[in-house]
Amino acid sequence: MFGLVIAVAAAVAADGYLMAPHLGKPMSADEVSKWNKTIFPDGQGLPPGRGDAKDGRVLYAQKCASCHGDHGEGATAEELVGEPKPPTPDNPSKAIGSYWPFATTIFDFISRSMPPSAPGSLSADETYAITAYLLAANKIIGENDVISAETLPKVKMPNRNGFIWIDVKK
Amino acid sequence: MSVKLSKDDLTPIAGGGLLHRRLFLKGGVVLATAQAIARPLRAEETATAPPPVDPADPPWLHETGGPFTGYGTPSKYEKYVVRNIGGNRTPAGEGVSWTPLQDLEGIVTPSGLHFERHHDGVPAIDPTLHRLVIHGLVRQPLEYTVESLLRYPMRSRFLFIECGGNSNAGWHQEPIQRPVGDFHGLVSCSEWTGVPLSVLLDEAGVDSKASWVIAEGGDAGLLNVSLPLSKLADDAMIALYQNGERVRPENGYPIRLIVPGWEGITNVKWLRRLQVTDQPAMTRNETAKYTELLPSGKARMFTFVMHAKSLITSPSPGQKMYGPNVYEIRGLAWSGRGKIAKVDISADGGHSWAEADLQDPVLSQCFTRFRLPWKWDGQPAILKSRATDESGYVQPERDVLVKERGREGYFHYNAIVSWAIDEDGEITHVYA
Repeated sequence: MFGLVIAVAAAVAADGYLMAPHLGKPMSADEVSKWNKTIFPDGQGLPPGRGDAKDGRVLYAQKCASCHGDHGEGATAEELVGEPKPPTPDNPSKAIGSYWPFATTIFDFISRSMPPSAPGSLSADETYAITAYLLAANKIIGENDVISAETLPKVKMPNRNGFIWIDVKK
Repeated sequence: MSVKLSKDDLTPIAGGGLLHRRLFLKGGVVLATAQAIARPLRAEETATAPPPVDPADPPWLHETGGPFTGYGTPSKYEKYVVRNIGGNRTPAGEGVSWTPLQDLEGIVTPSGLHFERHHDGVPAIDPTLHRLVIHGLVRQPLEYTVESLLRYPMRSRFLFIECGGNSNAGWHQEPIQRPVGDFHGLVSCSEWTGVPLSVLLDEAGVDSKASWVIAEGGDAGLLNVSLPLSKLADDAMIALYQNGERVRPENGYPIRLIVPGWEGITNVKWLRRLQVTDQPAMTRNETAKYTELLPSGKARMFTFVMHAKSLITSPSPGQKMYGPNVYEIRGLAWSGRGKIAKVDISADGGHSWAEADLQDPVLSQCFTRFRLPWKWDGQPAILKSRATDESGYVQPERDVLVKERGREGYFHYNAIVSWAIDEDGEITHVYA
C-alpha cells in the first residue's frame, strides 16, 4: 500500500495547477469522535450498552412494525425475518437471516437511519435491543441472549460466506 | 447545401432498411422522426380555445414580450417534460424520480431533470453549517468548510451517473411497457466541477496501511458506503458545481462525491465525512442492497463499475411512427469502463447490424449520442442497439445476461433493449 500513497502525491505534484491552498482545519481526536459513527464488522465503533430480544420486541412493535410488518415479514418496507439459512433459487430471500453477512450491519443501519421519521432517535440500549430481537426472530440467537459491543461482532450470520467480491480484491 | 443522392445512397446496408450512418451528412434527405403522441385537449381547454391564429402573423409579433427573469424556466409548452416520480410510498423520502430520456437530446441532462434516488428525502442543508471531515488512517484529520473548498483548484468532467438499480424491470418475466425514461431513466449526464479528491487526501496524509474509505452523506439516515482508496485517489472529485451552477439540493448540495463510471450510490450526495480505513464497513447498502444474488445462491458484491449500455430513445415506446419514410434512429450509449467505441443497430431483431454514427464529443464515462438513418418500409421491425466500449466489452443480449445472472439479482441490468414496430407504427418493448 505504500506505493499507493506515493502515487497520490505524485499525481498532485505532476500537475502544478493542483497546488493545494491547505485550508483543512486540523481536528482533535475528541472532535473526530463527534463525527465518527461507522460501525465495522469487527465491532470497531460500537458504543457501550446492551439489550435483549424481549425489550427489542416491544420497541420493534412501536418503531418498526408499521413499515416492516408485525413479525418482520415486510409491508411497505422490506422483509427482515426469514429462515436462518443462505438463499437458494427456490427461496431467494434477502431477509436478515438468509442474506445479511454481518450482524454489525443491523446495528449500524438502525442507529444511523431508522426509523426514517426520526433517525438517530434511538438510544444505544434501544438499538442493541432491536438488533437482538431481529437476530432472535431470524433464529440466529436465543430469546434470552444479550447483545452488546462484546457479543454482537461474534454473532455468526448464516450467509457470512455468500458473497463474491467483483470490482475489488479481498 | 443540397447534394443529389444516388440510388446507392438509399440502398440499405443492413436488414430492415438501415442506411449508412453518413447519409444525413449529404443533406437533402427528407427526414421524419417518431413523435410523442399529442396529448388530447381537455374539455376546459377546448371550451376556451381561442380563434385560429395564422402562423404567418401570430400575436406575439405585435406586442412587447415577457419580462426578464432572474432564473429562466422551460417554455410553458414543455411543462410535460418532467421527472416521473415513482415509488414514493411509505416512508415519504424513499423512492426515485426518472429522467425523461425520450424527451431529451444531446448528452447533457438538464440539472432539474437529473434522476433522483433518495433513501430518506432531500436534506435542507445550510452550506455555512456543512463540513467535510476527513479522518481515520491519516496523518492529520481535517475539517473543510464549503467556503474553503470553493477556493481549491478545480477540474470539470462530463460524466454519467447511473443508479445500480436502473433498468431493473428488465429482469421481469414480461417486458414492461413504459416510456424509455420510466424504465431506463435512473441515469443522467452532467458536467461536474470540483476539487480532485486526491488533493484533499494528500493534504490529510494517507497512512500506508489504508485501503478503503467510508463515505457518508449528510441526509437523514447518514447514508454510508465503503469504497476502495485506490479509485478515490485516482479520479474521484468533490463536486461543487453541476452544469455550471452549484449542485442542486436533490443532487447533493452543497457537495457531492463523484466517482466516475461507478454505480450511483457510490456518488454520495451531501457528502460530509470520509473515513480512511483498512477494511470495508459492510454497510446495509453494500450487503443487503446493491448486491446481486446469482442462481448459485452466492451474490455479487462491490459491483461498482457500470458496464456498457445503450438505448434507442427515438423511436421508442410511447412515440408513434408516421408511415413509411426515412427516420433517424437516435439513442444514448455509455460505459463505466471508458469511451464508447461503437454502437451497432439492428432493424431485424439482431439478424444484421449497421454501425451508428457517434456524435462528438465521445468522452470517457459519459453519455454518447448515436444516430443512424433508417428507411422504414412500413413492415414490422424489431430495433436493437448494441454498445461496445473501448475496453472491448460488448453489451450482452438479454438471454445471455439472464443465463449468467438469473433473475433475482435486481441490480446492474444492462442487456440489449428491443423495440418492436408493427404495421400501424405502434412501438412496444419486446424480448427478442
